[in-house]
Amino acid sequence: MIKVEQITKVFGKNPVLKNISTTIHQGEVVAIIGPSGSGKSTFLRCLNLLEKPTEGKIYIKDREITDPKVNILEVRKHIGMVFQQFNLFPHMTVLENVTYAPQKVKKLAKGEVEKNAKDLLAKVGLSDKVDSYPSQLSGGQKQRVAIARALAMEPEIMLFDEPTSALDPEMVKEVLDVIKDLAETGMTMVIVTHEMNFAKEVADRVIFIDDGVILEDAEPHQFFNAPKSERAKDFLSKLL
Amino acid sequence: MNLDFSQLGPYIPFLLQGIWITLKFVFVSILIGLILGTLLALCKITRHSILTWFANAYTSIFRGTPLILQLMIIFYAIPQLTGYDIPTFLAAILAFGLNSAAYVSEIIRAGIMAVDKGQVEAAEALGIPYRPMMLNIILPQAVKNILPALMNEFITLTKESAVVSTIGYLDLMRRAQIIGAQLYRNFEPLLVAGLIYWVMVVILTKLGSILERRLRASD
Ligand SMILES: Nc1ncnc2c1ncn2[C@@H]1O[C@H](COP(=O)(O)OP(=O)(O)OP(=O)(O)O)[C@@H](O)[C@H]1O
Ligand SMILES: [Mg+2]
Repeated sequence: MIKVEQITKVFGKNPVLKNISTTIHQGEVVAIIGPSGSGKSTFLRCLNLLEKPTEGKIYIKDREITDPKVNILEVRKHIGMVFQQFNLFPHMTVLENVTYAPQKVKKLAKGEVEKNAKDLLAKVGLSDKVDSYPSQLSGGQKQRVAIARALAMEPEIMLFDEPTSALDPEMVKEVLDVIKDLAETGMTMVIVTHEMNFAKEVADRVIFIDDGVILEDAEPHQFFNAPKSERAKDFLSKLL
Repeated sequence: MNLDFSQLGPYIPFLLQGIWITLKFVFVSILIGLILGTLLALCKITRHSILTWFANAYTSIFRGTPLILQLMIIFYAIPQLTGYDIPTFLAAILAFGLNSAAYVSEIIRAGIMAVDKGQVEAAEALGIPYRPMMLNIILPQAVKNILPALMNEFITLTKESAVVSTIGYLDLMRRAQIIGAQLYRNFEPLLVAGLIYWVMVVILTKLGSILERRLRASD
């Protein structure tokens, strides 16, 4: 589904990703873990070309998206992204947030889009907030709207960048539950997270990035119980 | 000190007509400044480096030199160069419009830049093309930053408009000076003109704060 071949990302003179390769299969849920500043977000953002890799290639369904001839907007249509800071459109209602892109980008009819959006909002438990504005919602509710907004484009891949890091503790669970439900539908997902228990429970694989390099790429029980690298051992011991 | 406003009586209509003359040219200048300023702001945020360079150079020149000098150049230098005897109204709106455009473009650019960059990322991640992103997502949010600052720019322009009296345009200020010369009394007409400017500015300020409150209510 996603094949990353030796990508490198340099900001100015600062190499943030160094020669990273990995493959993510259809339906897989991959958790990306690592210390702050290690390049997790940058890696994730390369997957939908919010950052352009300095070198290397990325294939999605066997198509090279890093080819300069590729229409980036077309690629992004099929990849949903959820941000730490939600990034909802504050001047639009919840329903407008969810319906805007399908209408504008996919040119679908309003009625169809709204029906679909209401179904999605019901699934994330926000049927009663359809006409609210983002400023009237709690953090957890905002993030659930953001997930519904991404899903409304019917993506084949979902990327999450620390979706619960900006939330008050009591709201973390409601968002994780939504992501967990989504994982069970067979969606291909890449999740940058600091929630180790969540990663253990939901992820099929854990990728540990440190200083721009993938140090571990393993099944969760293996990674958490028997990490190979010293850096990962060190990282995990500090979390406890 | 003895003030005598009674002699001013016959001149009052002449003075009051100046309000309309001033407003007319201020309004046209604002319109020019707004249109040209918006275009310049768009030049500043595109990725076309030539357009950006031009807009930045324009802004630097018009903000970096005195307005009165720009007015003089347009009014005196154009006839010298082209032989075209430029009317005072045209010279006035050109100088003020072109000058205001520089400030307006900065206000709009700053207002757009102040929109959280997460908004652009969210739009990009959804595959939304540049134009609808600007029109439907970024600009509606930028307007809240832009409008209050624009209102200030209009207020400044209204006050500074008195500078056109130097090229003989018969605005409020010029009329006050003419009356002063006729009466050999300057204080009274200037005081009345000052009062009128102040009232205009107060009204504009009031409009501005109503607008601002409206914007905040829609948050
Ligand atoms: N646009 C940018 N320009 C320059 N440097 C950047 C940019 N984005 C990220 N960096 C740098 O790249 C490095 C990795 O950043 P990144 O956001 O990928 O880390 P992260 O692993 O997601 O960290 P965190 O857990 O704090 O979110 C950091 O040193 C950061 O300062
Ligand atoms: Mg990050």
